[in-house]
Amino acid sequence: MANDKVTLLEAVNLALHRAMAEDENVLVLGEDVGVNGGVFRATQGLRDAFGFKRVIDTPLAETMLGGLVVGMAAQGLKPVLEIQFMGFIYAAMEHLVSHASRMRNRTRGRITCPMVLRTPMGAGIRAPEHHSESTEALFAHIPGLRVVIPSSPARAYGLLLAAIDDPDPVIFLEPTRLYRMNPQPLADDGKRLPLDSCFTLREGSDITLISWGASVHETLQAAQALAEQGVSAEVIDVACIKPLDLDTLEASVRKTGRCVIVHEAPRSCGVGAEIAASLYERAWLDLQAPIQRVTAPDIPPPLYRLESLYIPGVDDILHACNSVVHFA
Amino acid sequence: MPNNKVEPGFTRYLTPEGQLHTPLPAWADDFNLLTRLYRHMVLTRVFDQKAVALQRTGRIGTYAPTLGQEAIGVAIGSLMRSEDVLIPYYRDTAVQLMRGVRMEEILLYWGGDERGSDYAEPAVAEDFPLCVPIATQALHACGVASAFKIRGEHRVAVTTCGDGATSKGDFLEALNVAGAWQLPIVFVINNNQWAISVPRRIQCGAPTLAQKAIGAGFHGEQVDGNDILAVYDRMQIALERTRQGKGPVLLECLSYRLGDHTTADDATRYRAAEEVKQAWQEEPVKRLQAFLAAQGVWDEGRELALIAECQGLVQQAVTAFDNAGTQSAESVIDHVYAKWPAALAEQREWFLERAQRHAGGEDHGQ
Repeated sequence: MANDKVTLLEAVNLALHRAMAEDENVLVLGEDVGVNGGVFRATQGLRDAFGFKRVIDTPLAETMLGGLVVGMAAQGLKPVLEIQFMGFIYAAMEHLVSHASRMRNRTRGRITCPMVLRTPMGAGIRAPEHHSESTEALFAHIPGLRVVIPSSPARAYGLLLAAIDDPDPVIFLEPTRLYRMNPQPLADDGKRLPLDSCFTLREGSDITLISWGASVHETLQAAQALAEQGVSAEVIDVACIKPLDLDTLEASVRKTGRCVIVHEAPRSCGVGAEIAASLYERAWLDLQAPIQRVTAPDIPPPLYRLESLYIPGVDDILHACNSVVHFA
Repeated sequence: MPNNKVEPGFTRYLTPEGQLHTPLPAWADDFNLLTRLYRHMVLTRVFDQKAVALQRTGRIGTYAPTLGQEAIGVAIGSLMRSEDVLIPYYRDTAVQLMRGVRMEEILLYWGGDERGSDYAEPAVAEDFPLCVPIATQALHACGVASAFKIRGEHRVAVTTCGDGATSKGDFLEALNVAGAWQLPIVFVINNNQWAISVPRRIQCGAPTLAQKAIGAGFHGEQVDGNDILAVYDRMQIALERTRQGKGPVLLECLSYRLGDHTTADDATRYRAAEEVKQAWQEEPVKRLQAFLAAQGVWDEGRELALIAECQGLVQQAVTAFDNAGTQSAESVIDHVYAKWPAALAEQREWFLERAQRHAGGEDHGQ
C-alpha cells in the first residue's frame, strides 16, 4: 500500500501499527498515548487496533517509565515507550545509563533490554519552556545504547521498525520541526532501513555537509544554494549518532577534502565534536581546510520569540561553507 | 483536624529469647520445616563470614555483609515459587542462596567478575542481578509484574530494599504504579535501622515505612524481621494474596544491620557499641535456635554437625571460585550489544591489542 502524502509523524504512526501487528510482544506505553493518541498524535489509532493491554496510558512519572520498561523488556516484551518531550527525559536517565544499557553486559547476556524510547526533540515549533531541547549527545555517550534520529518520513518509518526489531535499547529522537513538514510518498511495506549507517542524501565533490535531525532540512537547502554558486556539496544525514558510521563520513571527506558539520544542539561536547575529532584522526592529510561546525551556542534554547536565532539557519551554513571552500 | 494516624499491623511470634510471644499458626507445627529454615539461616551466616574473611585477605573486593538479615531472606526465598522472579538489592545473600544462586557466583560477583550475575540454575534464570543504585530495582520489579499481568500469568515479582531506599522517588513511583495497576508484586523493606551512617529516625518522618503503601492504595504492614516465623507467616499470606490478583503488598521487616554497611565501611564511627550490643540480644539465628532447643528438636550436637556441614559447602564454593579463572578480554566487549556494531569494529581491535600488551587484567600493565 503506497501513501501519497505521509508526514514524518504519520510515518512513525504507520511503523508502530506495523510493528504491533507483526509481533504481539510489542507494547506502546507512555503518558497520554492511549485514548488521546499522544500529544502529537503519533500513537493515534493504536488503542483501538490493539487494545488497552498493549497500548498503555501510564501514571505521569518519567523515572517510573524508565524503570518499568527495563523490567518489561527483561521479561521478553518489547516496550516502545514515549516520553512526551525530550525535556522530560532526564528523570528516566538513571535507568537508561545504569540499567537498560548495561543489563546485557552485567549478566553476560542472561537478561537483555530490547526496548525503544521515542521522544520528540528540538526547537522551532513555538513550544513552551523545556519543550525544545536537543540533548542527543548525552545519550550518544552511553555504551550499550543506540541513538537514532530520522529526518524524513521514509527514514522515520524504516528506522523505527529496525529499532523495534533491535535486541538492544534504542533512543529514537523525533525532530518536532519536521513532524508535519514536507509530506512524501511512502510505501507501508514493512521494509527496514539499516541502523548504524549514514544516509548520503546528495552526492557532491567539493565539500561534505554532515548533519542529522531537523538541521538536515536547512543543510539540504544550503547544498542547493551552493550548487547554484557552482559548488558541489555532498550531504550526509548521520541518522544514527550512536554507534557512528565513521567509514561513510571518512570516505566522503577524503573525496571532497572539505567538511562542515551542522547540528541544532549546543556546540561544546556535541556530536559534531566527536565527528570532527574522528575525521581529523582518520583523514588529516586529505583535508584541504579546517572542519567547521555550525551549531547552537552553549545556551538553553531561548523561549520562542528568539528561538530562530538559536537554530542554525541556511545563511549560517552557507557562511561556514564559504570559509571552508575559500580557505587558502 | 482529621485524624490521619495510620497504624499498620505488626507481627511477632517469638520473643528475642525465643519464647512464644503469640500462639503459633498451624504451619509452624512442622518441625522439619523449622529446622530446614534454621539450617539455611546458619548456612547464610557461615557463608557471609567467609565472604568477609575473603575480602579482608584481598581475595574478593568490597562485600555487603548480610549479618543479622538472615531471617528475612531465608523466609522470602523459601516461599517464592521458582516461576516467581526476585528483583533484589545488594544485601540479599540469604534470599539469593535460597532461590538457587550458587555461592561461587556470589563470590565471583563481589570478586570482580560479571559471570557472578550469569546464574547457572534454571530456577533463577529470570531473577535480576543485585542492584546497586538505590531503589531503582523497585521499578524494574513493577515492569516484571506488569509483564505477568499482561500475559495473565499467576506469578509474583518480589523486590527488596533497605530503609534508606524508601526515601527515593523510584521507590515511591514504584508503589504508585503498583497500586494504580494492582500489580502482582510484593515489596519487602529490610528496615535494618541504618542507611550507611544515617539512622532510620532521620531518614523519614512517617512513624512506619509500611504506611507508604497505604498512600499508594494497597496493604502494608510491619513484621519482626528477626523472627523468621513472623516473616514466613506474613510473606506466605502476602504471596498468596498477590498471586490471586488481589494487588500488591508491602512488608516492612524490622531488623538490625549487625555488620558494617560494606567491608569498606566502619560502623563504629557513627553508632554506639551499646546499641549494637543490645541488637545482638535480638538477632534472628539465636532466636530460632533457642525456640527449637526448647521444643527438644535441637541440641549442641546437631548444631556442631550443621556448622561443619555448612563450612564444607562454603569451602567447596571457595574452591570453585578459586578455579574459575579470569574472563577473556573479549568478554568485556562482546556482551555490550547483542552483536558488537561494525561501526565500532576499530575500537574492538585497539582494545584487544591493548589487552594483548597487558596480558592479564589486574596489574594495569605495570
